[in-house]
Amino acid sequence: MSTSIPDALNTLSAGLILISAFAMVATRQVQGVLRFFVAQSVLLAASSFLLAYSRASVHLWALGAITIVAKVLAIPWVLRRLLPAEFYERREIAQAVNIPTSLLLALVLTIVAEFLMGPIVATTHDPVIRVNLPIGLAGILIGAYSLVARREAIPQLIGILAMENGAFFAGVAIAPELPIIAELAVAMDVVLIAVVVGLLTRNIRETVGTTEAAGLDELKEEATA
Amino acid sequence: MTLIAILALPLLAALLSSIRPLRLYASAITIVSTSACLALAVYVSAQVIEHSRVVALPGWFEADGLSALMLVLVSFVLALASVFAHGYMQHGHEAGRLWWFYGNYNLLAFALLAVPSLAEPNLVWVAVELITLFSVLLVGFDNTSNALEAAWKFAVLTIMGAPIALLGFFLLFWTYRSTTGGAWETWEGLRMAAASMDPSLLKLSFLLVFVGFGAKSGLAPMHTWLPDAHSQAPTPVCAVLSGVKTTVPLYVVLRFLSVVLASPAARVGNWMIVLGLVSVGIAAFLLIQVRDYKRMFAFSTVEHMGIILTAAGMATQAADFGAVSQILNHAITKSLCFYVAGAMLLILSTREIASVRGLFRVSPFSGGALLLSSLAIAGAPPFPIFLSELSILSAGVQAGHKVVVAVLGVLIVIAFVAILSHVNRMVMGKPAAHVSTGVLPASCRFTVWAAAVPVVLLGVYVPAPIHNLLQLAAQQLGGR
Repeated sequence: MSTSIPDALNTLSAGLILISAFAMVATRQVQGVLRFFVAQSVLLAASSFLLAYSRASVHLWALGAITIVAKVLAIPWVLRRLLPAEFYERREIAQAVNIPTSLLLALVLTIVAEFLMGPIVATTHDPVIRVNLPIGLAGILIGAYSLVARREAIPQLIGILAMENGAFFAGVAIAPELPIIAELAVAMDVVLIAVVVGLLTRNIRETVGTTEAAGLDELKEEATA
Repeated sequence: MTLIAILALPLLAALLSSIRPLRLYASAITIVSTSACLALAVYVSAQVIEHSRVVALPGWFEADGLSALMLVLVSFVLALASVFAHGYMQHGHEAGRLWWFYGNYNLLAFALLAVPSLAEPNLVWVAVELITLFSVLLVGFDNTSNALEAAWKFAVLTIMGAPIALLGFFLLFWTYRSTTGGAWETWEGLRMAAASMDPSLLKLSFLLVFVGFGAKSGLAPMHTWLPDAHSQAPTPVCAVLSGVKTTVPLYVVLRFLSVVLASPAARVGNWMIVLGLVSVGIAAFLLIQVRDYKRMFAFSTVEHMGIILTAAGMATQAADFGAVSQILNHAITKSLCFYVAGAMLLILSTREIASVRGLFRVSPFSGGALLLSSLAIAGAPPFPIFLSELSILSAGVQAGHKVVVAVLGVLIVIAFVAILSHVNRMVMGKPAAHVSTGVLPASCRFTVWAAAVPVVLLGVYVPAPIHNLLQLAAQQLGGR
């Protein structure tokens, strides 16, 4: 089967998106995690521009532009405005799982995603869907995993946003004709997530004095006694 | 047009309550706008009963029986909770921050009302997500370390569900578009096309949405945020969260379920029954060992979400009628429970069950209200929850789910005994020697009375319009 150049480039971008998901798992520094998230969002936008070009879809041009504005520009800006610089310089020492094990687990999750989506992608001949659907699901699963493994508030937030990136990477392939208003609303929603969680993190920092989410464990059935 | 007005009102109220000169009147603005929403929602339901469908903007804003029922419930709880908040929030909160509370509350109202009035599923996803985002800051509004911890857990667990559900919505969109050749996606269109859609894709997308939104409606095992958030949030917010915020994502799951049920090849009913029973079971046993009365009511929410899901999974017309009645009865009863809990908190300033004794003697009003609301939420006759639980159980017997009915019955009884034994200890006996009693604001007292009226009335008499609305709503769940 011959592949067109945009589709081949999309596959390249899929690979890089997966690598950036792994990089987010492997990075200790908060600043580094944020950078890899921005890189992943750029790749997502690149993918949707490529597909917009090869399929002549106005929707995907719009989606790519929305992704750049919301995830590459707005989210880092919002987080910098809300939280002082020392947040980003911090290194996370105590992760629940050490990094080599985390990477191994991320690899397992990628295989699981490929396996789960196998029967679904077998029904289609579209090469883009065959690439994007499993990688998108892998992005979601790795993001969810980093939420569990991370202890700091900001890397946890970025884990959630990386999950959205995964969903969208699948979305550009299978739902390119989504109404533009829905795409705009979803993008606005992603920025709102950053605002709300950023505000919450700031309040936690001011009141509790730490942003290690692991320190928040007072509310339990037994603890109230 | 009425549908659009229902959505515009809370947005307008949010704007007005954040304008500086009007900030002082934020609570009055909120009460007026939520009451107006209630009136409009009742009007929409009257229209729906007459024409079975109200279309404001085809393909965008439409309401059928189920949406109308949700609109009425959501606006009813929002209106009474805003009256309750008027008195409640004046105690222990800085007056200067209150406008911010009300601004957020109105935005939450907007998102809650948007979900049932939207016909386009992808926009519904956005609205459900907005509900979570606008409630996170309300949960953490008290800014104590416990409240912030609850808000954080709530945020992480429920926002995490959203991308998972989003992938489900994308998959649904994909299979719908390839089946219909690019038609505009609505709930109605989905149900009609379901039979010819790819069943395995349909099932996978439902599974993803169920995981994502099940977390938001507090179904076990994704319920762990719920008791924290519902015990730490300011009480009027708890009433909204427990009464309707859990039911609204469940409404989306049920809509989705009705699409999947319309496809004969995709069988998911039995999964729903099992998962529903798991929620009821976990909640019933957690109810036994609970030590905080607000958490007690929160766990009871998990129980009721499980019961609704089990009933919807049976997928017969009778069970669907039971499920929508349970949605109605749970919303009105649970919000009453939280108003009572809020009143108790104002009077006793403790949430611990163990330190409340002889409430009848300390405050006959809140003691009586606690007893009444707990009997009602636990499902004692002649309260409405008893009737809807009974109709779900009998529908289960008719459908041949005898084991399910037996298990469900036993779990409901366990939950009943657990709730009433806690309440019995709080209400009866002698109060501790030195109880500091706070004053109950008139608006809180009024809310408890007003919320108790439908709880008592619907147990003995269901007016014909409500019955018709419930029947129209049950039809939308797609049981056979």
